[in-house]
Amino acid sequence: MRMYDLPDARGHFGPYGGVFVAETLMAALDELKDAYLRLKDDPAFQAEFAHELKHYVGRPSPIYHARRYSEHCGGAQIYLKREDLNHTGAHKINNTVGQALLARHMGKRRVIAETGAGQHGVATATIAARYGMECVVYMGAEDVKRQAPNVFRMKLLGATVVPVESGSKTLKDALNEAMRDWVTNVESTFYVLGTAAGPHPYPMLVRDFQCVIGNEVRAQMPEMIGRQPDAVIACVGGGSNAIGLFHPYIPHDEVRLIGVEAAGHGIASGKHAAPLAAGTPGVLHGFRSYLMQDADGQVIETHSVSAGLDYPGVGPEHSYLKDSGRAEYVSVTDDEAMAAFHDLCRYEGIIPALESSHAVAYAGKLAATLDKDKVLLVNLSGRGDKDINTVAALSGITL
Amino acid sequence: MSRIPGVFASLKSRGRKALIPFITAGDPNPGMTVALMHALVQGGADLLELGVPFSDPMADGPTIQRSSERALAQGVSLRKVLDMVTAFRRDDADTPVVLMGYANPLEAMGMARFAEAAAAAGVDGVLTVDYPPEEADDYVAALRARGLDAIFLLSPTTAETRVDAVARLASGFIYYVSLKGVTGAATLDIDAVAARLPVIRAHTGLPVGVGFGIRDADTARRVAQVADAVVIGSRIVREIEAAPRDAVAERVRAFVAGVRVAMDR
Repeated sequence: MRMYDLPDARGHFGPYGGVFVAETLMAALDELKDAYLRLKDDPAFQAEFAHELKHYVGRPSPIYHARRYSEHCGGAQIYLKREDLNHTGAHKINNTVGQALLARHMGKRRVIAETGAGQHGVATATIAARYGMECVVYMGAEDVKRQAPNVFRMKLLGATVVPVESGSKTLKDALNEAMRDWVTNVESTFYVLGTAAGPHPYPMLVRDFQCVIGNEVRAQMPEMIGRQPDAVIACVGGGSNAIGLFHPYIPHDEVRLIGVEAAGHGIASGKHAAPLAAGTPGVLHGFRSYLMQDADGQVIETHSVSAGLDYPGVGPEHSYLKDSGRAEYVSVTDDEAMAAFHDLCRYEGIIPALESSHAVAYAGKLAATLDKDKVLLVNLSGRGDKDINTVAALSGITL
Repeated sequence: MSRIPGVFASLKSRGRKALIPFITAGDPNPGMTVALMHALVQGGADLLELGVPFSDPMADGPTIQRSSERALAQGVSLRKVLDMVTAFRRDDADTPVVLMGYANPLEAMGMARFAEAAAAAGVDGVLTVDYPPEEADDYVAALRARGLDAIFLLSPTTAETRVDAVARLASGFIYYVSLKGVTGAATLDIDAVAARLPVIRAHTGLPVGVGFGIRDADTARRVAQVADAVVIGSRIVREIEAAPRDAVAERVRAFVAGVRVAMDR
């Protein structure tokens, strides 16, 4: 067991993380940090959070032994943590429930969020409806076009969706615009950040809310198989589902932590979203971490078949875990993820999110190299219903 | 050494306030930037703020975002911005130049290398929007080692305890962001600014410039009555956008001259 108590008081994970924002946001981040530190060990707040997770989200989510997929891969046994069974169909809701409760305690009546594929936007619109708050979601204009069903879902839930026309018109630009809104409306507004990234305290508090995943797994696996898995595996975009799974396992040196980035058309093609594999440290969106950038320090555009992984940065704790060697980071291509998507549909009757399909794909590759008595636990972070238009289009089918 | 303290001292002795216009380097095109800098000085600018374009200008409103995108589309890097300052210095040895931008292009170049190159080019100060004092130790040390001023922002939401932390690291002048929001947003509230400045001055003897939301000569005049410097950015970028290509420099000069007259009235 190793000691691990990061981040430090200023939000640093070694050289990563921190608070790199304009002075106008510093007071809001201090207010958020103070409120969170006050509430995080408050039994009443934790009981409220646990109650919502149980009765509204539907936790704990089960673990499922994917026997036929394991057999197909030929080797280690693959188990799935079923975050896809949560209300709204992904792990994102764990975090939005936590942040919404924080917002209520802070007296904020308006919440804003950024979203890429729309999953975090839907999760935020959902809790805003649940708690009677005004909700504005910023979404790149390109993503608004690509993800029409989620845009409609958010509107059904009463949210206002603002298409962002600047920059590459995708997730990173939506995040810029949400920050600009926050700076302007800082007194009334709570910014519900969707992943374990951004300025301190976001990487810490999003991680803490998502740790329900890893904490459940750590209790469930011994019940199911009498021991902990040999490795836990999750996809990494911003990295919130992965850090929620990894963090409780950091002291368990015998369990490998494996993060799977999106290699898009292949790392060598340059068209990917794998900053840990091919990026260098830099500063974007308020924190220091591995980043996809050119030699002049401009952020470059990313590509992944999965909109939720299509982001040039990564949560700072992952950068730290990479450098320290505690976690391993690998990548799989669009094609490999698509193959795993179809395999899980056909062998297990589970339609996985394209994001999660990256983790499923790598688990399959790794399993094939291991004995049958080894156990791999994959975080199935979301369901794939939102992706059927993308998958159909790739097969030349119009729905 | 930085030219900034000398300029403020000279203005003070003449009972005048500093006018600091902002343009983004490379906007509307890289070939015009040096000429525009000279036009700003001819119009009556005392210091120049030159924006270093960045792909993700989180603290900027739509106007400066667009200028940044125009510059980046024409390949304007930090290195090229420094080349523009070098070219400007061939004909103007006196007007201080402050670079304004974001941390990542500086970090990509390397802080020590950047500070050395900026000083050699004739830069006087640097304002990096996303380096609050908490993250600025190495940055400030690198700038100071080359005689460059580190300009910091203060905002209406800055707690008084933090004003002290900023004042300890800052040199040249303090940049007070006059409103909550991004550059080019709503018009500022002059009474709120006037009420806040004494709080800042209780913590620092540095000149205080006010910017964000100054959109016409009259607002500039009223800000100049309470602050040591007036910063105008988005409004000038809009002048650049609106002008015919062959008349950009003259239009910008005329706009700045109008502000100058109002401020000195």
